[in-house]
Amino acid sequence: MEKRVTFRGWLLPALLIAPQVLISAVFFFYPAGQAIWQSLFIPDPFGLSSQFVGLGNFEFLLGDKFYRTSFVTTAVFSILVTLCSMIPALFLAVIADRLIKGSGVYRTLLIWPYAVAPAVAGVLWLFMFNTRVGVVSWYLGNLGYDWNHVLNGGEAMGLVVVASAWGRISYNFLFFFAALQAVPRSVIEAAAIDGARFWKRFWTIVLPLLSPTTFFLLVVNVVYSFFETFGVIHTITAGGPQQSTTILVYKVFSDGFVGQDLGSSSAQSVILLIVVGLLTIIQFKFIEKRVHY
Amino acid sequence: MANEVHGMVEKRGSGLWLTHVFMILGVLVIFFPIWLAFVASTVSQPEIVRPPMPLLPGDRFWENYSAALFSGVNVPVSTMLVNSLVMAIGIAVGKIIISLLSAFAIVYFRFPGRNIFFWMIFLTLMLPVEVRIVPTYEVVAGFGMLNSYSGLIFPLIASATATFLFRQFFLTIPDELAEAARVDGASPMRFFWDIVVPMSRTNVAALFVILFIYGWNQYLWPLLITTDPEMNTIVMGIKQMFPSGDDVADWPVIMATSILAMIPPVIVVVGMQRLFIRGLVDSEK
Repeated sequence: MEKRVTFRGWLLPALLIAPQVLISAVFFFYPAGQAIWQSLFIPDPFGLSSQFVGLGNFEFLLGDKFYRTSFVTTAVFSILVTLCSMIPALFLAVIADRLIKGSGVYRTLLIWPYAVAPAVAGVLWLFMFNTRVGVVSWYLGNLGYDWNHVLNGGEAMGLVVVASAWGRISYNFLFFFAALQAVPRSVIEAAAIDGARFWKRFWTIVLPLLSPTTFFLLVVNVVYSFFETFGVIHTITAGGPQQSTTILVYKVFSDGFVGQDLGSSSAQSVILLIVVGLLTIIQFKFIEKRVHY
Repeated sequence: MANEVHGMVEKRGSGLWLTHVFMILGVLVIFFPIWLAFVASTVSQPEIVRPPMPLLPGDRFWENYSAALFSGVNVPVSTMLVNSLVMAIGIAVGKIIISLLSAFAIVYFRFPGRNIFFWMIFLTLMLPVEVRIVPTYEVVAGFGMLNSYSGLIFPLIASATATFLFRQFFLTIPDELAEAARVDGASPMRFFWDIVVPMSRTNVAALFVILFIYGWNQYLWPLLITTDPEMNTIVMGIKQMFPSGDDVADWPVIMATSILAMIPPVIVVVGMQRLFIRGLVDSEK
């Protein structure tokens, strides 16, 4: 879509667009270019010079057991976060949608966790499950279950998943609720007259009508769990125990800043760049489609 | 007839009662972590380290919150709150200004290179700061912007979500308005200030809410570039309050800080709920 009526001149628009182009160039394109460039080199241990290795860093990464494990960890983590945040949100939205009065009050209460930063959410959940003072871990201990996410990789994963999914329930709830409110009442009522019970209506009419929203939320939540959960992981497990919660973004950080391995960290950035690119294409393809609905 | 159908679709009677019970249960479960943090911020350390801690608030609210706000652990929490506020408002305002200007240029002018710039900005949508941290850090360090507000703000403004939102909105402004402005001999900037900006008010407000929360909740970037505790933001500073090694964390103060860290974004989200939901839906479209 284009405007038919436009203004003339090139200096003014150039000045108007300059701040954004400048900031993007300095803080986006140059660093992104650097990441791609550095991914082709291995710096010497003193950081004085670096040696060109072509795709060597990538070959090394793809052969690296820890890196491949990190891919699997990220996949497991993002699938679990997406499921654990979408299913409860859909459930709550369906219930809220059935209420004529009061749904606004519940909505206000339910959007709170969205405002809580992932890192703060991490601290809250860490506090509940802390091996020494945590309330939940204490009660679990009384029930005979010895909770220790510091040593047990599976429990660590469970904890970071729940802490990451928690705030997202609010977000998904808002989208599902809005989508449910948009389902035409007449369709539902027609089905009701035909004698379809609530769950039958839900599976055969409501859920298919929600599919654009569901697909959109799937993509958005996967992107979220890839990139925005760093704070949760850093506060709760710092990637441990034995790297069992080291997702890809965390590894870029720990190899680049803690391990000072710039070549490998940059190569990982480039791989992530490709992953984001693919996810973005999927997202846009889908949005194109939705526009034609 | 309509009434009967209504009864079948929306729950009444015992079903309605059950629906409320489910809803309240859901809210309680979702709220529990926040409640527990609040309780912990009002009791004493010995009450927490001898589990199980109480589930109802204690009487040390003022002690814990003033300890957090005015002495903290590494730095008073009040300092971190100010830093977070500057960062969040800086990101929101900065991004809105540069996006309004560049979207106006892209929509209302035909100038050479327009498409190239458009795609340049479009590309920045794709790569979150988490992915390019090492080279971005080097750029910021090179400018001597470590431990500064500009270092906290500028790299996070370099993304195009807001530009796209404004572009979409400007395209819906009727052409007649620009035509009339041109016929009246108004300059483009006059048209911008008198017509475009006032018409964008709601969009600006909705975007402000989203960007404020985005800025406030940043973690990785402040963690990297603020080595000086005086520049820590509250969201990243909480983790720094945990002792390294085997010492016991000062839980009441840490939990008071966590509550303080969520108050501003919660006020923004709950207080401006309508704008927030609108901004959320718009910016994800």
